[in-house]
Amino acid sequence: MGSRSSHAALIPDVDHIRRETGFSQASLLRLYHRFQALDREEKGYLSRLDLQQIGALAVNPLGDRIIDSFFPNGSQRVDFAGFARVLAHFRPVDEEDATIRDPKQPEPLNSRMNKLRFAFQLYDLDRDGKISRNEMLQVLRLMVGVQVTDEQLESITDRTVQEADEDGDGAVSFMEFTKSLEKMNIEQKMSIRILK
Amino acid sequence: MGLAIHMAFSSWNWLLWLMVLACSEASSYVNESSNSTAQQAPDARFAASSSDPDERISVFELDYDYVQIPYEVTLWILLASLAKIGFHLYHKLPHLMPESCLLLIVGALVGGIIFGTHHKSPPVMDSSIYFLYLLPPIVLESGYFMPTRPFFENIGSILWWAGLGALINAFGIGLSLYFICQIKAFGLGDINLLQNLLFGSLISAVDPVAVLAVFEEARVNEQLYMMIFGEALLNDGISVVLYNILIAFTKMHKFEDIEPVDILAGCARFVIVGCGGVFFGIIFGFISAFITRFTQNISAIEPLIVFMFSYLSYLAAETLYLSGILAITACAVTMKKYVEENVSQTSYTTIKYFMKMLSSVSETLIFIFMGVSTIGKNHEWNWAFICFTLVFCQIWRAISVFTLFYVSNQFRTFPFSIKDQFIIFYSGVRGAGSFSLAFLLPLSLFPRKKLFVTATLVVTYFTVFFQGITIGPLVRYLDVRKTNKKESINEELHIRLMDHLKAGIEDVCGQWSHYQVRDKFKKFDHRYLRKILIRRNLPKSSIVSLYKKLEMKQAIEMVETGILTSAAFSTLYQPERIQGTKRLSPEDVESMRDILTRNMYQVRQRTLSYNKYSLKPQTSEKQAKEILIRRQNTLRESMRKGQSLPWGKPTGTKNFRYLSFPYSNPQSARREARAAEPTDDDGIHPGFQPLMFSAHSRAGSLQERRQTQAMIPMKSLHRGEKALSFSYRSNTSWEDHAGWGRRDAIRPKPLFYAVDEEYESGEQTEEEISATGTRWIAEHRRSREHYKSHSPLLHRK
Repeated sequence: MGSRSSHAALIPDVDHIRRETGFSQASLLRLYHRFQALDREEKGYLSRLDLQQIGALAVNPLGDRIIDSFFPNGSQRVDFAGFARVLAHFRPVDEEDATIRDPKQPEPLNSRMNKLRFAFQLYDLDRDGKISRNEMLQVLRLMVGVQVTDEQLESITDRTVQEADEDGDGAVSFMEFTKSLEKMNIEQKMSIRILK
Repeated sequence: MGLAIHMAFSSWNWLLWLMVLACSEASSYVNESSNSTAQQAPDARFAASSSDPDERISVFELDYDYVQIPYEVTLWILLASLAKIGFHLYHKLPHLMPESCLLLIVGALVGGIIFGTHHKSPPVMDSSIYFLYLLPPIVLESGYFMPTRPFFENIGSILWWAGLGALINAFGIGLSLYFICQIKAFGLGDINLLQNLLFGSLISAVDPVAVLAVFEEARVNEQLYMMIFGEALLNDGISVVLYNILIAFTKMHKFEDIEPVDILAGCARFVIVGCGGVFFGIIFGFISAFITRFTQNISAIEPLIVFMFSYLSYLAAETLYLSGILAITACAVTMKKYVEENVSQTSYTTIKYFMKMLSSVSETLIFIFMGVSTIGKNHEWNWAFICFTLVFCQIWRAISVFTLFYVSNQFRTFPFSIKDQFIIFYSGVRGAGSFSLAFLLPLSLFPRKKLFVTATLVVTYFTVFFQGITIGPLVRYLDVRKTNKKESINEELHIRLMDHLKAGIEDVCGQWSHYQVRDKFKKFDHRYLRKILIRRNLPKSSIVSLYKKLEMKQAIEMVETGILTSAAFSTLYQPERIQGTKRLSPEDVESMRDILTRNMYQVRQRTLSYNKYSLKPQTSEKQAKEILIRRQNTLRESMRKGQSLPWGKPTGTKNFRYLSFPYSNPQSARREARAAEPTDDDGIHPGFQPLMFSAHSRAGSLQERRQTQAMIPMKSLHRGEKALSFSYRSNTSWEDHAGWGRRDAIRPKPLFYAVDEEYESGEQTEEEISATGTRWIAEHRRSREHYKSHSPLLHRK
């Protein structure tokens, strides 16, 4: 690994990315290699097609949405900083970080809130800050096999929204979403071990 | 419902057992009655009739001795198979205990029957039969089904752990037992150091893979699997090598004559035997891969070549007193990659199945022997020896695990946690290997052989039953799942979404490994090896195309009968319903939960899974198909809505399309897929141009990423020049129970063609391609790359 450190200089903006994402030098280097490997034509950024080349994503029911999450704000390209930023959400949470963090600084990308926000945007396609019933239905449709009839799906959707919705507007806002998942161990569920 | 199955299972099983018991009883009675003729040689049968001229021609004769050996062996194997059927009928059982338990029980049962009827068991197991016939299939199977990429990534740790671990265990147990034997009170004084060391070496042969099936659902990570697997793979070889060396020492008669020179020679021999075996294996592997390059016209002999060369490598190594086990392992590992691409689809399946079958038969026979030996008079019981053996086995395994991993953790990128190490320690279950080695000890050199056999049996039974059954709950407990209570529907949905998300992001991250060495090897492989060892252009035969057309018809039907009709998407465009606040009853909630649990798509697991005893057919290949069809539909829908494409002028360079799919051979597809093999690791393949969407079906418990079956040509046209390809390999990890079956990709219907004709002519920028995804186009490519091949959609096992 020692010989790799000289390559860190190749990463543009490496210090800025490090501060923003919290990755270690070694992890960033590995991510950069991965980025380069995905970027087959060496354009310096990734397009949707590059991500679609990852075969396993094609059989992931949420594959398209995951790919979309790499392209915020409708852009069609993602550079390494953006790539690392998305993946930073999945860094495992360090216990010590939470306590000694400087409250004035923005929350690290892999905090619980940010993880939840990331998951939230998978549901909320129109980015209005709420998961409407329709959006919930779409997600459910994606994740469920074809044997489930539409009526069943609709009633499940109704139930889902009903359970989380507190102010009765028929949609789940981000706070309601967070609240409904307060008992879940998000930090563990949305962390990938190798991304230390 | 579980109860009904249980009832069915038990009644079936009773029938089976009764049948089998009747058979064995019959055979034993027959034997008793023909005892008088038992002394005659088989061909005396022919002589008998002519020696007695007065005898009439009898209408009905019985000659059991002629068929005794094969008959009984067949009966045993059949019995074990029936037991396995019963075992798997009750679907919870494989989770509770490893299959070795079952085999032991069956063996004990047969042993009991044989003992009870005073039957003389046929001499199936002796040294040469074991080493020449029973052992190679077992080793070959474990070598063949080993996942190569993770193996080579972790090879340092695996060698360190397996090699040193076996040595530490062997010598540790041997020495400790020697000290115990020195204690006069136990009456073991006549067992000298060498014999103890030998016993240590044979008792340290573990078979941890047997327990893998029990805890695989606990999402154990890939590295851990590889360590366990790698250990199982190399452990047998090392034990046998040690065993042979120590036997050679023992044969030197005088213990006092052993000088340091001999010990050094022994060590050197150990290394030479090991490395020499591997070297032989690799050579034979390459030779057989090379030969399969030329067998396209006689594909029926391909399995034969594979098996014969592997076996030959074993025998050749054994001739030179090198390690045949390591040779056959190395041969299997080397050969697999190239052979897979060269052989035809059916040969590939045949090889897989036959291998499993052979190894299963061998193992069954050995376990039956174990059972027969258990229930018999050949025991010598010595409390001290046996108890201390048990104790030392555990202690030394713990010592070796924790110290060796402590050291290797310093050098690893991803160290093993204590929990992982504990699992490795606890999976030290003994199997057929140690018993066989004990059984085959020459009695002349080991007057206390019976003691060794008894001790081995006790250790095996103890570890298999006790550790095998408790490891499941233990691992699940260690996982510490916090959500014990029932989750609300909300939570279930979100949890599943997050699991999918996590799996997806993991895929984006790819496999992180030591790139440099791997890349170098891959380059070398590409440039030289593949050119020599892999077939070139494969001719199409009409039969093949016909077959493919038939498959396509099935694909069309499947889509047309509404797997995903556009009605499913109509919900997207429904106006918002006024939501009434209905109070749902608990039953409704329950039924919803039920629907969700049953129907939600499984998360793709990245961990490996391996079942030693079966090739389970994948049950949820439908899942992949559905997802893929759905995606295509969505893309088609979105394209229909006219989102984006400036389908302008026709592309001049567009290669001509077929309206019916030209299917090339599966091999090229597989080769494609192989060429895309890095995709499964990195998701991309540099220079892999054409559109190939080859989905891999993966046979359940095989860690083989195999097959390729259909390729869905998906293509986006680029500005005239390059065709970007969507090469995809569904890399589902090897899963057993959560079943990802053979993922057969679906072929697009020709309808798609007709529909898309109007869009065909487009050219677009890359950005737009990514926006609208892909199109269905069949593309004919140049040279050896990328033929679309199809594979049987509904591939039946």
